[in-house]
Amino acid sequence: MTDARDPQPASFLPLPSATFHILMAVAHEDRHGYAIMQDVAARTGGELKLSAGTLYRSIQRMLEQGLLLETSDRPDPELDDERRRYYRITPLGEAVARAEARRLTQLVKLARARGLAPGRA
Amino acid sequence: MGLYRAWLHWYPASFRAEYGEEMCAVFARRQRDAEGPPARLALCVETFFETLVNAAAVHADILRQDLRYVARTLRASPGFTLTAILILALGIGANTAAFSIADHVLVRALPFRDPDRLVKLWERVPSYNRLELSPPNFRDWKGKSTVFESMTAIRGLAATMVGVGDPQLLTGASATADLFATLGVQPEIGRPFSAADDQENAPATVLISHHLWQTEFAADPAVLGRTIRLDDVPSTIIGVMPPGFLFPSRDAEIWTPMRFSVHDFEDRTNYFLQAIARLKPEVSLETARAEMRLVAARLEQAYPKENKDTGATVIGLRDELSENTRLLLLGLCGAALCVLLIACTNLGNLLLARAIARRKELAVRAALGAGSERLVRQLLTESLVLSLLGGALGVLLAFSLIPLLVRLVPNGLPIAERPSIDLRVLGFAAFLSGLTGVAFGLLPAWWVCRRADLSSLREGARTGDRKERLRSLLAVAEIAATVVLLVSSGLLVRALWKLQASDPGFRSAGVLTLRTVLPMPKFQTLASRLAIYERILPAVRALPGVSGAAYISFIPMRMTGGIWPVGVNGRLPRPASPDNASLRFVTPEFFSTLRIPVRQGRDVRESDSLQQPFAAVVSESFARRYWPNQDPLGRHFQVAFHDRTVIGVVGDIRVRGLERQSEPQVYLPYRQQPDQELPWYSPKDLVVRTAASPASLVPTIRRLVAQADPAQPVSDVATMEDIIGEQTEARSVQALTLSAFAALAFLLAAIGLHGVLSFAVSQRAREIGVRRALGARSGDILGMVLRHGAVLAGAGVIPGLVLAYLAARTMQTLLAGIEPGDARTFLSAAALSLAMTLAGSLLPALRALRVDPITVIRAE
Repeated sequence: MTDARDPQPASFLPLPSATFHILMAVAHEDRHGYAIMQDVAARTGGELKLSAGTLYRSIQRMLEQGLLLETSDRPDPELDDERRRYYRITPLGEAVARAEARRLTQLVKLARARGLAPGRA
Repeated sequence: MGLYRAWLHWYPASFRAEYGEEMCAVFARRQRDAEGPPARLALCVETFFETLVNAAAVHADILRQDLRYVARTLRASPGFTLTAILILALGIGANTAAFSIADHVLVRALPFRDPDRLVKLWERVPSYNRLELSPPNFRDWKGKSTVFESMTAIRGLAATMVGVGDPQLLTGASATADLFATLGVQPEIGRPFSAADDQENAPATVLISHHLWQTEFAADPAVLGRTIRLDDVPSTIIGVMPPGFLFPSRDAEIWTPMRFSVHDFEDRTNYFLQAIARLKPEVSLETARAEMRLVAARLEQAYPKENKDTGATVIGLRDELSENTRLLLLGLCGAALCVLLIACTNLGNLLLARAIARRKELAVRAALGAGSERLVRQLLTESLVLSLLGGALGVLLAFSLIPLLVRLVPNGLPIAERPSIDLRVLGFAAFLSGLTGVAFGLLPAWWVCRRADLSSLREGARTGDRKERLRSLLAVAEIAATVVLLVSSGLLVRALWKLQASDPGFRSAGVLTLRTVLPMPKFQTLASRLAIYERILPAVRALPGVSGAAYISFIPMRMTGGIWPVGVNGRLPRPASPDNASLRFVTPEFFSTLRIPVRQGRDVRESDSLQQPFAAVVSESFARRYWPNQDPLGRHFQVAFHDRTVIGVVGDIRVRGLERQSEPQVYLPYRQQPDQELPWYSPKDLVVRTAASPASLVPTIRRLVAQADPAQPVSDVATMEDIIGEQTEARSVQALTLSAFAALAFLLAAIGLHGVLSFAVSQRAREIGVRRALGARSGDILGMVLRHGAVLAGAGVIPGLVLAYLAARTMQTLLAGIEPGDARTFLSAAALSLAMTLAGSLLPALRALRVDPITVIRAE
């Protein structure tokens, strides 16, 4: 099983894009699976549509890695169905998302310096 | 939605239990969002593939995790890992080797087109099931039957090739033109026989083997059209057969067309043809048998005298194999399977012990939410990793075993000597490894599954008797299988000893034999042969150390045929009648050279010539059979066209080999063989008795033969001891292999027993400690452990002996007269099992003695 002794955020990089998107979807509020899918689709303008399998396979791994945790709070009990599970980002998850964002920014900077990306060098 | 739920079953159960409902809910939402049938269809298709891909990915995730975990745990206990891999390698290696040989000989298709449709035809008479065909019967069978696509006649051929290198004797077959069409094999280069080659006066042609082409003709394509001399007949090479064409036997090098002369069709009792036919596509073997019965019956009506009681035997080409060969191989496979079974139980036991030792870790993991499915899967991954590693090592082991086992491949089948290790064999090894892994992994996994609850977490929880019983059961199974192997190998070794000790009727030590071929037609006349004998025999007899030399038609056991009907006491010789004898021409001194005792009368003499009345020396069984309690000397009987007078009686020899019943023997003086009569029986085999090492004589004798006739090839050099050794060679290999398997099983079972008892002692340490504190003596404790061992051994040995008896009954024909319930073997096996029990119990018993009551009780 995975070793849970204080993993370093850098050891998760580079993140699979599904993982990164899921972390972003739950960055500010707890969400259930379908809400994550919708959020990802909305933020990418419909470009990335996570399938149920990919989503839950990623969630399972992220739970094991300690990037997410399942929460028992029901933010919207009336609108929702009892069996739904909500996922919350952990401090490690946040750190990993930040580290990935930094890594990507770094990468874009480098590309810009070579004139491969729009914006100032 | 129902469909989607079904698809979800592709995911591992743990994943499904965790997320199945969620995923269904998501799917329901998406379904609701999709408008119109096309969108719904698209969703369905997309979901189908998505589920397929992700389910595989989840499985792969789990596998990766489990492999990492297994690698870690196996590295942590290298002793266990190595033992397990080694045990598996032995089990799988033994089975892979046995399989590759058995598959090669018994199962794999013969290297011909549609080999299942090839059959062999024999005449059947009351005394023989399989008798060669006579040319007229072959012609009529072929003409009157409708079930065959083609039918071809062949006969063995041995011819001396002169003109290429040293003169050498080549074997092969002469066959009617349709041989290659019947077998469905074409020459590699050149052409097959055509009907024109069969004609009586056609120019002689020959096809040569790939091997001969390479060794003697440097694989030169220009060999086509070249002429070689075969037995003095110039023959044109018309083709080269492909490398795998080993027909009719492995050493075949040449094939010539069979030419019948008008004379060949005159005698319906001149049996010398082997017939092979190809069934028409839709015809079954049964139909063919039924039709051939009718054909034979019609011929019997037409020729009531010659074809009296003559039927037809039709068998598949592969079923030519002797029952002994089949049993030897099946016995080998059975023994290998026993070894694997023992290896499996042993490992099952080891893994169970490990699982028990790890029960707390497993219970903790179960408590932390790992479903039992995940635990089982992990344990199975562990056993599969072990078995695949063991299997890989086992294949290497099989590679090194196969050269030892090829002696079990009979020469008479048209297949290569050595089976190839190909995908089929590797596939078998992989399949066996997988099966083994599941088999021995399943038990501990099942146990964990039932036990993975919190009860194991309680400190000092006593693990119930159930798994101890399970482990005991495994040990008992091992002991039973070991007893089966011990008894079987014991019986086969005893049969081997008995055969090796059996009297062939002559003394083989110090006898050299070789063949001077006497090619026909050059040596068709008696005078031409006498010239050779008179130059060679006296010279050989004069060699230092040689105490006797003689010529005979055929060496016993090498040539087992040459059987002739005899007419005694006023009855005429009748073809295929049970009144027959094995017929040989001999020079004087044959009996003294082989130390065959002359019981009455005298040896043949130089003076027994064509001018004298025809004489014969008969064997004791011959005299007993026809003139019981009477003096056979001076009696008359008919054999091979003439009336003969008995001049001597000699001891019987085992012409047909150590394991077969032989016909009575008749020996005729070599000077009473008229020209043109029985040329095949002309004495060609030289036997020499020497005080020196027989092999050291060979160069000198070769020189003497070359001096007598430079074109005379010498072949079939062997000592009589070799020839007798060949009789039991396959058995020796099998008995040796089986004994090795039994020894291995013995060791494994002892280890298994040791494991069970050690475990029992450690489990009962507290009880033992309390007993000792209460005053039990060492003897009592020792007795307790040994009794436990004895109970296990008894439980294994008794069913083992019963199974062994059943196994022995099925291989009774291999036992050469040793009873399948042979008391000595069974008692020895039981005694050995007892010794094994003692050996396996000793260490645990000593450990029990060392249990310190104070320490144990304090620990509580």
